[in-house]
Amino acid sequence: MVVDVLVIGGGNAALCSALMAREAGATVRVLESAPRAWRGGNSAHTRNLRCMHDAPQDVLVDAYSEEEFWQDLLKVTGGLTNEHLARLVIRHSATCRPWMVKHGVRFQPSLSGALHTARTNAFFMGGGKALVNAYYRSAESLGVQVDYNAEVDQIELDAGRFVAASVMHKLPDGSVRRERIEAGACVLAAGGFESNRAWLREAWGQNERGEYPADQFLIRGTRYNQGVLLKHLLAQGADRIGDATQAHMVAIDARAPLYDGGICTRIDCVSLGVVVNRDARRFDDEGEDFWPKRYAIWGRLVAQQPGQVAYSIIDAKAVGRFMPPVFEGTQANSLPELARKLGLDEHVFMQSMNDYNQACRVGTFDHTALDDCHTEGLSPAKTHWARPIDTAPFYAYAVRPGVTFTYLGLKTDDTAAVHFNKVPSPNLFVAGEMMAGNVLGKGYTAGVGMTIGTAFGRIAGEQAARAALKQGVAHANA
Amino acid sequence: MQTLDALAQQARALAQGALTVAETEVDRQMHICNGCRYCEGFCAVFPAMTRRLEFGKADIHYMANLCHNCGACLHACQYAPPHEFAINVPKAMAQVRGQTYADYAWPRGLGQLYQRNGLTMALALAAGLGLFLALAMHRQGTLWDVHVAGGFYAVFPHQLMVGLFAPIFIFAVLALGLGVRRFWRDVTPATSGAALGATASAEAAHAALRLKYLDGGHGEGCHNEDDAWTHARRRFHHLTFYGFMLCFAATSVATVYHYVFGWPAPYALPSVPKLLGVVGGVSLLCGAVGLAWLNIRRHPDHGDPAQKPMDLGFIALLAVTSLSGLLLWLLGGTAAMPLLLAIHLGTVMALFLTLPYGKFAHGIFRTAALLRFAVEKRQPNRLGLGGE
Repeated sequence: MVVDVLVIGGGNAALCSALMAREAGATVRVLESAPRAWRGGNSAHTRNLRCMHDAPQDVLVDAYSEEEFWQDLLKVTGGLTNEHLARLVIRHSATCRPWMVKHGVRFQPSLSGALHTARTNAFFMGGGKALVNAYYRSAESLGVQVDYNAEVDQIELDAGRFVAASVMHKLPDGSVRRERIEAGACVLAAGGFESNRAWLREAWGQNERGEYPADQFLIRGTRYNQGVLLKHLLAQGADRIGDATQAHMVAIDARAPLYDGGICTRIDCVSLGVVVNRDARRFDDEGEDFWPKRYAIWGRLVAQQPGQVAYSIIDAKAVGRFMPPVFEGTQANSLPELARKLGLDEHVFMQSMNDYNQACRVGTFDHTALDDCHTEGLSPAKTHWARPIDTAPFYAYAVRPGVTFTYLGLKTDDTAAVHFNKVPSPNLFVAGEMMAGNVLGKGYTAGVGMTIGTAFGRIAGEQAARAALKQGVAHANA
Repeated sequence: MQTLDALAQQARALAQGALTVAETEVDRQMHICNGCRYCEGFCAVFPAMTRRLEFGKADIHYMANLCHNCGACLHACQYAPPHEFAINVPKAMAQVRGQTYADYAWPRGLGQLYQRNGLTMALALAAGLGLFLALAMHRQGTLWDVHVAGGFYAVFPHQLMVGLFAPIFIFAVLALGLGVRRFWRDVTPATSGAALGATASAEAAHAALRLKYLDGGHGEGCHNEDDAWTHARRRFHHLTFYGFMLCFAATSVATVYHYVFGWPAPYALPSVPKLLGVVGGVSLLCGAVGLAWLNIRRHPDHGDPAQKPMDLGFIALLAVTSLSGLLLWLLGGTAAMPLLLAIHLGTVMALFLTLPYGKFAHGIFRTAALLRFAVEKRQPNRLGLGGE
């Protein structure tokens, strides 16, 4: 069977493409490499969409202007962005939500514990998996064909023009059936490569201690983002954006599962205490800024520590002031006991803790503001929320780097076309994590991944339908 | 203060005893859910969860009865099976809920009737039918008689019916009342301890009577066999509940007619008891059939499969009650009347006998939980979680 538009991938961007292409009159087929239970890729772990709005809307308070959104993006990316594409995405976010609602997505007010996002982010009711469910349901009711367990590993190109994809259908009995699918146009929305351990190891290499840091990384999202297509397209000469050593990573609970730990594995008490490494030494300012602005930096900091592990230490005063961790902390009635339970050098640990405790200059503690509690004469300093850790029971949480996504992707333009030697393909498009690096060269700000995925997913779908239907008309006239 | 509260909570937990297996599972799941909170908008359970860091026995009993088993959080869950966290809140809550019905039954020993609820229902029905069939035979010598003069009371005199049903009804009210009173006393300290006010009561009544928490939070319904929303369960439940209440009202009005005005049954169709009874009976029958159909088609991961016999047994009793009542109205003038009357009264007796030891209890305990939720949400949140 030949379809107009083939969508490769099964997350938010892929489904936005499929829905838009179908609405534009194209026949559409979606190939999701995961089984149905794991469909949706990293989108299933998301929770909101960063949205521009000039006045209060249903779940969004106040206003969040195009300019402010752009400045936020400029700041987090340190300029590694493309203003034209970024503003396209930002403006898109102001108008896409009614369309999302039409396809079954529902929004809810900002979650408790995330009130600072009530102005900037529209939360999906039930989170990203509910959004994914709604899109699949809508796509199926519109007649989009969805294949699960369908991994595409090869794309046939003819001078930059998409011809066909080769898919491996993984059958329930463990065998594989290959299928070649021709289509008038194709959208690539198959995610990054963060789940590919070998690729991460190769990209991160060996450090001065002889360790392969990437071997200790946990993957916060899907295990199905293997980057097979990304590698394949780059090998075929598609223009690239970003580099493979860049990944968004945050400090998460070391006991999180290897894949799909999602949001609940975060450790939110770093700024309320101190963090020591495997050598029982502090290595950075735990109180530089609010934790949501710092957790991505800490992922990288922990990745640089010996063994890629660190321990967040708090005392009883911090309990109830941060989002509760999923796993119980290591608890002790004294700091030396805590060191022993963690297997840290007790002498060094006590020295680190005593140095810190004595350096604390406590003013008026307020964990909801950048308060005046800080250290003096300590290196590294703790510049806010510095209170002595002296009240039993004491708690420790081991943290490791958790990779959210990778930045390496395919270069594109405002039509979402894949480029080969700077020439846009007439019928091959890209959306989502596979091209997010065009807008987000580094850094992250809550909900922007879904904003990029939604905007470029919809653009890619529309463009693909146009390319396929135009081609169809040309064929019919010939 | 924080420490004092923690100590108080620990003391409460100790006094209430160790968690059961089902309660431990809710505790495990709530710790994971509390780190995610994506489901906050669906219902009352998750807002109640975010007010807590620890989940004692009373917290778990309260939250389990707040849960309406709508399925929304299961289908939306990034940690649902096959994820290794294996989060299935509707199932975990249903299992504790079933346990609370038994734990809070009065007298306590009869809580065991929940363990084999299908058998309980069957025995109650057999006893009810047996009693009335035997009585009819004994009094009339036949169950099939075209010449029944004097209507129902010729078969079973009014005094006899009152004498049989009044004690059972009073016992059911007493048993349910004492059970829910103990539940209320246990969960009140865990839900701020504050007293129930008028606005909270009104809000909880509204939530219960409209089945607010089967609307998915977005107003478009809950889940039945898959991830699609449907209002079917809400509507069939409304038909069932309001149908039941109309039938009950019919009986109440008839009682007033009998004792206050001295107007004995039967009443003709335009009369109030008949109108209430016919409308209520049809509504109850439609609702019960609909709920049974939904129950059979329900997604296998929703709720506790062990409770299906209890659910379906109760639904069946409601359906047979309404069907036999309607047939009695339609065929009351035929030879089948004595037989139908015996069947109807026997079924009603089984229904009332099992009210405190079957699915009916869910309405009582859930209403109590909704009332405590309406109280608790009005209290300031003790937790000050900063940042994300």
